[in-house]
Amino acid sequence: MAQYRTCPRTGLQFELEADKLMRWNAVAGVLWLLVGGITALLVILTRWPAIKLLPADQFYMILTVHGVDMLIFWIIFFEIAVLYFASSTLLRCRLATPKVAWAAFWLMVVGSIMTNVAIFQGESSVMFTSYVPMMAAPHFYLGIILFAVGALIGCGVFFGTLVVARRDKTYTGSIPLVTFGALTAAIIAVFTILAGAGILLPTLLWSVGLIKEVDAQLYRMVWWALGHSSQQINVAAHVSIWYLIAAVVFGAKPLSEKVSRFAFLLYILFLQLASAHHLLSDPGMSAEWKVLNTSYFMYFAVMASMIHGFTVPGAIEAAQRKKGLTNGLFEWLRKAPWGNPVFSGMFISLVSFGFLGGISGVVLGTEQINMLMHNTFYVPGHFHTTVVTGTTLAFMAVTYLLVPTLFRREMMFPKLCQIQPYLFGISMSVLGLVMMGAGTLGVSRRHWDMAFSGAPFQYEWPGAAYLMMGLTGIFGVIAVIGGGLWIFLVVWSLLFGKKLDGGPVSDKPTPIPDQSLAAHASGTGSHDHVSVPGTVVLAMTLLVCFVLYYFVNWKYLSEVWGLS
Amino acid sequence: MSAILPPSDRLWWKTPISGQEWVWIGIAFVWGMIMFVMMIYWHVNGKQNLSNEVYKTTTEMFTAKTEAFVKENTIRTETEQQIPVAKPNAKGEAFLLARLWAWYPILELEAGKTYKIHLSSVDYNHGFSLQPTNINIQVIPGYEHVVKMTPTKAGTYSIVCNEFCGIGHHSMLGRIYVK
Repeated sequence: MAQYRTCPRTGLQFELEADKLMRWNAVAGVLWLLVGGITALLVILTRWPAIKLLPADQFYMILTVHGVDMLIFWIIFFEIAVLYFASSTLLRCRLATPKVAWAAFWLMVVGSIMTNVAIFQGESSVMFTSYVPMMAAPHFYLGIILFAVGALIGCGVFFGTLVVARRDKTYTGSIPLVTFGALTAAIIAVFTILAGAGILLPTLLWSVGLIKEVDAQLYRMVWWALGHSSQQINVAAHVSIWYLIAAVVFGAKPLSEKVSRFAFLLYILFLQLASAHHLLSDPGMSAEWKVLNTSYFMYFAVMASMIHGFTVPGAIEAAQRKKGLTNGLFEWLRKAPWGNPVFSGMFISLVSFGFLGGISGVVLGTEQINMLMHNTFYVPGHFHTTVVTGTTLAFMAVTYLLVPTLFRREMMFPKLCQIQPYLFGISMSVLGLVMMGAGTLGVSRRHWDMAFSGAPFQYEWPGAAYLMMGLTGIFGVIAVIGGGLWIFLVVWSLLFGKKLDGGPVSDKPTPIPDQSLAAHASGTGSHDHVSVPGTVVLAMTLLVCFVLYYFVNWKYLSEVWGLS
Repeated sequence: MSAILPPSDRLWWKTPISGQEWVWIGIAFVWGMIMFVMMIYWHVNGKQNLSNEVYKTTTEMFTAKTEAFVKENTIRTETEQQIPVAKPNAKGEAFLLARLWAWYPILELEAGKTYKIHLSSVDYNHGFSLQPTNINIQVIPGYEHVVKMTPTKAGTYSIVCNEFCGIGHHSMLGRIYVK
């Protein structure tokens, strides 16, 4: 029999089994973040030319761990928790098949440990991407496959929970926008995981000798339908969290349900094509294929992100203006709760993802311009401002909200909590920028030695490249401290924080009241558009930066050797 | 009332969109189209487009072709390892082979002349990263990519491998001379 508790502080209703599953999935994610963070420090200290900590073999092993644990295990564990929250908690219903959800969880645990063991044994330093014909140990692939199956089952539990809520009529009308965004993430996840199975299963069979060959180009194409699309799960998930935080902190309501949901729909339709972003400088695809796919079929998914980039701050501005913060363009923003890490983390995530991650991603994903940056340090620079300052920082921000309501513990060291999003968000943004700077100068990613020791020739990188790599070291270390601080704060609060009342437990869920009746009673219809001039200015600033940076890169391209 | 509750307006898809949102959607759409057309425009009028000429190949086939090219066009050898320096003939065909952990051979080209450079790998993925001009092309085993290149300036160029290819990856440095 499912039991429910209503959090006395937030009014959120948790079904107890879902509550426990969310906590375990989130904690498993944080543990992988810890491993990923320690390896991040080792990677940074090796790529910092003045330090060069690890020998080559250990560096490539540690870099493989860092990529796999951060990009797959940390993020997807946390995302499963987000999916259960967006379905069971927001829709106030029981979780469908909790036993199956536990099976999924343990599969993911076993898979993630198996892959880590394979890498630490030293025979699987093949990087996150594991391009064939470089071969890893069979249990490297098997671990990822088991983890993926677990995640796929988790998505299934999420879909099932949506059905339960509808059948039990725990809400009326349509699902909330945040749940809709989570649904988008889950649909993309299904596609992603099936693509991953499509390529990793044959690769596993090849690694044990049952298949003679996996085509190297085909591998890259299908693998990236896992590798890049999985980052699109993150986009859908962290955009949902932006809306969630705007709603909780400000009571913000989407400017238009129609526009925001349509933008999520564009993600489902077009984000899958992103595999192409990694193949723009490959031999195996035609230029037509590259142009159509890299632009997500004429940039419709980019348009979707630009829409969210407008509607999220727009919703906050509208809510603030309704509260009377109407002076000038930016009073609503100046008087936002900058000392609340839930908000500051979310807003830094939004700005960094838009200005750094978004713009660099589109430029990097332009067919011809890609030749300036393919496989350079620009690429990790780009994705540290999408996956890290975008997704990870958004997850960190929402955790400040979840620790009291979900884990029922008070956050300890509130002053440190206030500083943490700034420390991590700003240093990681600068890190991304200097990495992109080094990449623009040609510095390679996944490269142990800028001095090419043992090579038959010499090549001296420009002094500026060494400067950028030195700055990468400095800001990388600060970012690791900022991330480590978050882990410390969360773990310490979970262990020693003041216990909070979980709220009364009941055998029956309390359905969500009919919102159309509530709106009618309070007289706030949806037709009252509030003007959001501050957001318009922010959006126009983004556009100007975007256009300038885009064309500067075409200028750079026009100066290299002729290619045809 | 908010993004975590069902829409207060049951018929939310019928509520009108505000003017400011429409303008931004319009701008985002137009900018997307400009960027899309820009790539096509560059194929017509730009001078830097990656070649579409590709053939399936094998380690043996590509090694044999490269050896034949080296035998015919070597003008001298360099370094202690006696790496051949090949100067392509008047037709401008050249071969560049990537392997663990070297680019073979060294090429000697002339500025302003257009060459057809056949690129492939005989083992793992490698990355052709020409420095300091900064051109980066993926090199994949089994695929012979014929890239037309026109060097613009005389000088000594290095080919860094920028796709991870194992423990000796950092020592995989090649050379192109442009006279």
